[in-house]
Amino acid sequence: MMNTDNRYLWQHKDLLDCNQLSCDDVFHLLDLARSFQDIHKRPVRKIPTLQGRTVVLFFVENSTRTKTSFDVAGKRLSADTHALSLAGSSLNKGESLLDTGLTLEAMHPDVIVVRHSSSGTAEFLAKHLSCGIVNAGDGWHAHPTQALLDCYSLRTVWGDAFAGKTLLILGDIAHSRVARSNVVLWTKLGVSVRLAGPRTLLPPGLSTWPVTVFNSLDEAIEDVDAVMCLRLQLERQQAGLLPSLAEYSKRFCLTSKHMAKAKPDAVVLHPGPLNRGLEIADGVADSAKSLILNQVQAGVCVRMAILYLLATRK
Amino acid sequence: MDTCIHNALHLEAPVDLLFSGEHIVSMTPVGLQPIPEGVRVIDAEGLVLMPSFIDAHVHLREPGFEYKETIASGLAAALHGGFSDVCCMANTRPVNDCAAVTRLIYEKAKAQYPDGPFVHPIGAATKQLLGQELAPMAELHEAGVVAISNDGRPIASTEMMRRVMEYAADFGLLVIDHCEDPTLAEHWVMNEGVVSGKLGVKGQPVVGEALQAARDIMLAQYLHLPVHIAHVSSAMTVALIRFAKEAGIAVTAETCPHYLLLDDSALEGFNSACRVSPPLRSSEDRDALLAALNDGTIDILATDHAPHALHEKMTALDQSLPGFSGLDLAVTLTWGLVRENVIAEDALHRLWCRRPGEIFRIPTNGFAKGDFANFFLFDPHETWTPNDETLYSKGKNTPFYGQELSGRVRHHFIHGKQLF
Repeated sequence: MMNTDNRYLWQHKDLLDCNQLSCDDVFHLLDLARSFQDIHKRPVRKIPTLQGRTVVLFFVENSTRTKTSFDVAGKRLSADTHALSLAGSSLNKGESLLDTGLTLEAMHPDVIVVRHSSSGTAEFLAKHLSCGIVNAGDGWHAHPTQALLDCYSLRTVWGDAFAGKTLLILGDIAHSRVARSNVVLWTKLGVSVRLAGPRTLLPPGLSTWPVTVFNSLDEAIEDVDAVMCLRLQLERQQAGLLPSLAEYSKRFCLTSKHMAKAKPDAVVLHPGPLNRGLEIADGVADSAKSLILNQVQAGVCVRMAILYLLATRK
Repeated sequence: MDTCIHNALHLEAPVDLLFSGEHIVSMTPVGLQPIPEGVRVIDAEGLVLMPSFIDAHVHLREPGFEYKETIASGLAAALHGGFSDVCCMANTRPVNDCAAVTRLIYEKAKAQYPDGPFVHPIGAATKQLLGQELAPMAELHEAGVVAISNDGRPIASTEMMRRVMEYAADFGLLVIDHCEDPTLAEHWVMNEGVVSGKLGVKGQPVVGEALQAARDIMLAQYLHLPVHIAHVSSAMTVALIRFAKEAGIAVTAETCPHYLLLDDSALEGFNSACRVSPPLRSSEDRDALLAALNDGTIDILATDHAPHALHEKMTALDQSLPGFSGLDLAVTLTWGLVRENVIAEDALHRLWCRRPGEIFRIPTNGFAKGDFANFFLFDPHETWTPNDETLYSKGKNTPFYGQELSGRVRHHFIHGKQLF
């Protein structure tokens, strides 16, 4: 919805998932992220915008890139960032999630960035804490900053012409917060979304999602504008969901042969880290079609924008 | 002294209920005969008269989990909720798999509530509920257990289930089964369906319940022995029970108020207050359960009263403990179904009183001469809000916490004694 007075106002205390965002929110955020883009090229890669503000990185699940990305984003804006990981947190000592949250809040952070293996953790903390909460990934549920940075990356290629484009999300949809957030965001922006993966890795209730589902990569990839390849967690095979990684790779590894069936200017995304040769072939990951490294850079800009919006919200 | 409950509403008709000592003398339409001289008269105008209910499935948590509930607090909730009798499950610590624990439960109840509500302990089916060895049912029977169940720790092995049913039959003990295939969807959080797919949490398909129900039904048929299916939550299980009853198999079944009032959409927003086992299912399942109550496929209602401490519910959905506190609210909630004409008022008496009385051989009040004067008076119009002050159970974990509800138990008489 357009703002009648043309003066956009960010209204969200938290960023929990993309479904809370209007298209206006999304474009405002992406514009803001773009305005931060050039800071990376400066000799002094820091602006004083969030000086004196505190950002806590509360990561109760292994993560290197997302945590680093938020850390860099906060520091570029001159915020004080403090990392708390599972090993160092008292959740390991049996403290409840709520008590840990209240303890963190007692240190008066402006924003807490949370990563947790339980779906709904960010929403739970947002309900009980008054500071801003950024969901940096909760279980299989949502990973909104990933979806937004994917959107940022594709915008550098597509411009604002999202409507009518087709995006294929490939792989383990059932256990993917990246897939869920992307489906929400892209359908909001008018992009047709296709999903492909083995039936054992598709979520229940998929028939109610606004997507088209394929069991074969060859069919799914025809004429798409972009392919988002998901990381396959190696433990899915042990859980009995796949006969072998080799068979998965035979059916769903994204190769140049597949890319030839997509639109000629189709691009490839991957949230990382890559399992080369399993879900994505070297030839694709390293090709000119790959936006994978752009995604990393986009991640910092988008997270700067998020931290800025939440920390400066009136 | 004899007492007359004057002008109460029984199945929509104003009645006078006369009782003497512990027993009913008569129930007659108001005005049919004069109230005898010298009788204490209690004016019950506007109040609904119902026989005391039986809750065949509760967790009283004592011994071992007194921070969640004690026998005393659970019985306080039963008393104020309209229940004269509750059957308590064996998953205490230590487990109720020996006479000492059964006796302890009886003694604690008797010390705190000598005049009722009464407990009827249910013994474990297997030692420690581990599903490995039969519990000593002769000893449990002698100590007075009312049934046998591994509730909370479903019996995975069909061989073990068979032996439990056979051995329990030596003592005429009914076996109650919590039907859940533990190999299907381990570590599930909620019902598998549209909502679990969207939220990204592990779901349990209805098949997980139906498979074990089918197993139990086939064992019951083969062994010619009865089985009782606990807390039925799905349409698929209802269909199996309907088939079994038509085939003359000795199966009985219960469901709980929450499966009739809520569906899995209640978990949107990761509402851990609505996590329960078995999980809330789809609205189609809910409709099937209501139909099954009306046609008798499901025999009884029970609360599956499962009190927990606040901190055990107030966390991420997948870390929160499943279960609802139910004793305080069950009558209010199911009266709501009567008010909405979903079930008949008489069906409420059948589902909460007559049938559980038959199945578990607990005497009930049919308002006939000589019946125990066990009844409560219910104000259908009183509004109240379940909260820390109004709930007698220590478990405040109900999805209806803080919601204004209509209808409340006002007075409860057990064996002729007014206990509140």
